[in-house]
Amino acid sequence: MNTKLTIAGKSFRSRLLIGTGKFSSSQVMQETVLASESQLVTVALKRVDLKNEQHSILQGLDHDQISLLPNTSGVRNAEEAVFAAQLAREALGTNWVKVEIHPDAKYLLPDPIETLKACEKLVKLGFVVMPYIHADPVLCKRLEDVGAQCVMPLGAPIGTNKGLKTLDFLEIIIQQSTVPVIVDAGIGSPSHACQAMEIGADAVLVNTAIAISKNPIQMAKAFKIAVEAGTMAYNAKLAKTTNTPQASSPLTHFLYE
Amino acid sequence: MNNFSSILSQYNWDHQWENIQQKTPFEVQMALEAKKPSLEDFKALISPAAQGYLEQMAQKSRTLTKNRFGNTMQMYAPMYLSNECQNICTYCGFSLTNKIPRRTLTDKEILQEAEFLKHKGYQHILLVTGEANQHVGVHYLNNAISLLKPYFTNISMEVQPLDQEDYEILIPQGLYATLVYQETYHRETYKTHHPKGKKSNFDYRLHTPDRLAKAGIHKIGIGALLGLEDWRVDSFFTALHLNYLQRRYWKTRYSISFPRLRPFSGGIDPKVEMTDADLLQLICAYRIVFEDIELSISTREHAKFRDQLVHLGITSMSAESKTNPGGYVVDPQSLEQFDISDERSTETIAQMLRNSGIQPVWKDWEQMI
Repeated sequence: MNTKLTIAGKSFRSRLLIGTGKFSSSQVMQETVLASESQLVTVALKRVDLKNEQHSILQGLDHDQISLLPNTSGVRNAEEAVFAAQLAREALGTNWVKVEIHPDAKYLLPDPIETLKACEKLVKLGFVVMPYIHADPVLCKRLEDVGAQCVMPLGAPIGTNKGLKTLDFLEIIIQQSTVPVIVDAGIGSPSHACQAMEIGADAVLVNTAIAISKNPIQMAKAFKIAVEAGTMAYNAKLAKTTNTPQASSPLTHFLYE
Repeated sequence: MNNFSSILSQYNWDHQWENIQQKTPFEVQMALEAKKPSLEDFKALISPAAQGYLEQMAQKSRTLTKNRFGNTMQMYAPMYLSNECQNICTYCGFSLTNKIPRRTLTDKEILQEAEFLKHKGYQHILLVTGEANQHVGVHYLNNAISLLKPYFTNISMEVQPLDQEDYEILIPQGLYATLVYQETYHRETYKTHHPKGKKSNFDYRLHTPDRLAKAGIHKIGIGALLGLEDWRVDSFFTALHLNYLQRRYWKTRYSISFPRLRPFSGGIDPKVEMTDADLLQLICAYRIVFEDIELSISTREHAKFRDQLVHLGITSMSAESKTNPGGYVVDPQSLEQFDISDERSTETIAQMLRNSGIQPVWKDWEQMI
């Protein structure tokens, strides 16, 4: 893995993406984002006041190291997602979009059919699309085929903090993918983020676990370190797990000396 | 597939009352520990046996709410458009038999009220009328939504139940959510309190959420008027209704409100008293069993209580509300639908939230989508 995360030709030092929802105030959110050193920060288009040029939610994120990544949260189908992406492009001046289509109101699970349709259309319209999806390896390949610049499979349903419940499928996706794999949703602790990086994910996206912790700034720093540790461990090649012990100083070695 | 009326008819009110009364502390504990709590768990959590577990319920409700909604509170304001009403509802200030001056806001008046609320910072608005199709029919509502669209990003309404094709006109126009309270799920009690007008048709009202969902609405609010009947049984049936809707209309979001019967001039007293502790128990029970739904509290409730509820499951609240048409600017002196308890200003409430570590959210929808 390169030291930098590269999506659509753009490189990022940080492999931690951070969401801006659920914070107790805009100020806490801004300080947390800065503390995380994240360079790719998601923002729900529906929370942005498009008629107010100051966009209060975005104030303080106007930083040369930070790229905003609008998401389409709230849309229910491909058509609405395409429209939302176009609005975001116009309002925020970016052609990057995180495609979130979760008509399921209860668990906010992404609709694979509508997501694929939306991505195909958005790529043709010149967008850099980053789709939030279930950890479905075949869907990931289909998204690559239509030109998605990365895939964002979930570890567990949004906001559950349950960690990598989809671990086996994430491993298949990472093994097969030709675009960056960003594990999104369900990451509830720095150890989960570290684990995602250890198995070879290119990045992780975290929101709830940071935003609702007692000390979001400290938690953001903890996630930053965990992501770096996981990346380092992956690059250094983790030892294989086995069912039989492997002594570090073999007991029979003397026979061959 | 059975409609909700036929599902409801399979339940006997008195049996449900007994069943809830007989829930044991053990069943409450099991409900608190359940991975996916059921409607039986809901009954345990609203039962008298759960009163001793209120602290644990509040703790759990708080955690679940924070996880799902974060440290935020959706802010909205009601805008009463009309107090014309063709129904007799024994508990309501707008009832046909009440001799009060009637008023329906004109376009100019609607815009005056809109300017006021917009200036206060509101982007989510709830339009309220009495139930009078001649005065405030689809045409009037459609016009009101189109007038208000430039001012607010999220428009909901609480008006008379309409036909599906009516909703199909209003939704593309910009209607996001509709609130329709059954008032009580007890058929006989319903009849007593709604003797005249279209509202006397229990089943037409009961099937309104189905019509809304089929028309493609984003969010539906349901609830019972707490105090007309035993609040526990009515709340169980509300939960049953919610469960029915969630399974069938999985793309729709849901909201529950907790209107406690409030006094108005010449009104009735609640049949069953509901204490603050009871209401808190009910809010926590909903949150534990239905993690994802919006729980909303209005200014009917008193300030001290609301200040605590914001930590315990509530995700949406109003402030500085007026419950009379034109109540903000046009005609502040007209008679209100019911007395409000929390009369603090919008800014005071917003500051209270910020002091409590909660971010007031003014905008959480994009009309243009």
